[in-house]
Amino acid sequence: MARKLKLRIWRGDNKTGALQDVSVDANPGEVVLDIIHRVQATQMGDLAVRWNCKAGKCGSCSMEINGKPRLACMTQVASFPEDETITITPLRAFPVIKDLVTDVSFNYKKAMEIPAIQMPQGMKPGEPRMQQVDVERSQEFRKCIECFLCQDVCHVIRDHEENKKSFAGPRFFIRIAELDMHPLDTLRNRKKTAQEDHGLGMCNITKCCTEVCPEHIRITDNAIIPMKERVVDVKYDPIRWLGSKIGKREGIV
Amino acid sequence: MSGVFSPSRAKIAVRTLRTDRWWLQPAITVAVLVSFIIYATIRAFEAKFYFAEPLISPFYSPCLTSACPTNGSLLGQPLGTVAIFGMAISPALFILIFPLGFRMTCYYYRKAYYRSFWQSPPACAVAEPHKTYSGETKAPLILQNGHRWFFFAGLVFNVLLSIDAVLAFRNPEGQWGHMSIGSLVLLTNATLLWLYSASCHTCRHTIGGRLKHFSKHPLRYKLWTWVSILNHKHPTFAWISLFGVALSDVYVRAVSSGAIDNLYFF
Repeated sequence: MARKLKLRIWRGDNKTGALQDVSVDANPGEVVLDIIHRVQATQMGDLAVRWNCKAGKCGSCSMEINGKPRLACMTQVASFPEDETITITPLRAFPVIKDLVTDVSFNYKKAMEIPAIQMPQGMKPGEPRMQQVDVERSQEFRKCIECFLCQDVCHVIRDHEENKKSFAGPRFFIRIAELDMHPLDTLRNRKKTAQEDHGLGMCNITKCCTEVCPEHIRITDNAIIPMKERVVDVKYDPIRWLGSKIGKREGIV
Repeated sequence: MSGVFSPSRAKIAVRTLRTDRWWLQPAITVAVLVSFIIYATIRAFEAKFYFAEPLISPFYSPCLTSACPTNGSLLGQPLGTVAIFGMAISPALFILIFPLGFRMTCYYYRKAYYRSFWQSPPACAVAEPHKTYSGETKAPLILQNGHRWFFFAGLVFNVLLSIDAVLAFRNPEGQWGHMSIGSLVLLTNATLLWLYSASCHTCRHTIGGRLKHFSKHPLRYKLWTWVSILNHKHPTFAWISLFGVALSDVYVRAVSSGAIDNLYFF
């Protein structure tokens, strides 16, 4: 049984724009992305929306629904009360291109700034072996679908455009954590650069990234806080520093 | 104009479009923490009704000044009498900095008070009111990196409060083998504090989180998995252990002031 759904969809570009009211049918079991497609097909032929898999795995249809960063393809229409108007806007941390499509290239630039894994010298392809317990730890971070909802919700850049130059964001902190926890990564100073170059210290662990992650990656507890503790090991812990000098502890790596 | 109102971003006039009651959680956090701070401050300066043989309030243990009753001073009275302008300083003021520091620098409490008191941000996807932001990179917030030192100090306090709980299994004459409501109150308090400490992110890091090779340290890995399970519940332990400390003090105060009797089971 179809229900009549009231929507407010943001339409515009990087110069101007506004929320526009629209009413559309919604069938049981449909998700917000289905509704947007119906609006596109019946009422707003030029509505711009980025999407791909419709299965919560490509990370394309990130947008803000009733003010919360979410994947449109994973947001059930039935999760909203019948009389509620659903407001749909583009991600508010990134420059808008048109309607619901934003320019997320900031994230690709940040990705390029993260140094890749550095395997032990002389190790040839096919030689590395890892135990399952070591694999499992970083496996969680590999679930990331790069929807950039965590980047969008992070107040460090969402509320402070000027921080974008010095802050990589939660998506890339899990990348750094994954590499730093990798048993074969030999890159020195990954912890130090996480703090000094990628802005780990800017994070005040308010956990919004974890709250919005559609893959339920425990970004703050399993990546950011462990990295902050590792940074303390090499930058703010005089006893560990002393231990590294007398050779009893791992040095700054 | 910065943040969500930056020129290149979607032109939306309001700082959030959230329709749920996002303000409720920070409001409750403020109410609870302010209530605790007011109560703890009053009790720390009150300097009486903190000992009723064999019970001592967690706000005053270890009691280190000569103002403390001799049988309530677990570590003796090394500080003697400390006074300012002729007024003796409350014994609580010498020790509360450690548990206070542990909670102030706790990763969970940081989230709670950054959101609720400092509104940075007040809730997810709700724009914060501050013009600039430098996170924990500058003084004083860079001192949050000292959490591990307060964690280790907290462990010492846990040991002392556990001893207090064991000593509470005596009667007022000092004979062992007795149990009262007060014994259970102090035991519960110590247990909750151990759970709070054991679930701490720094504990998780120290036990095994800092390792690169779990497979080379199977025992530490096992411990890390156990602490990780507790770590999931860290916010819960943070709150109930806070209530535990306050309620233990309320009970000891009530007994010490004569408002109620410490009921003995045997």
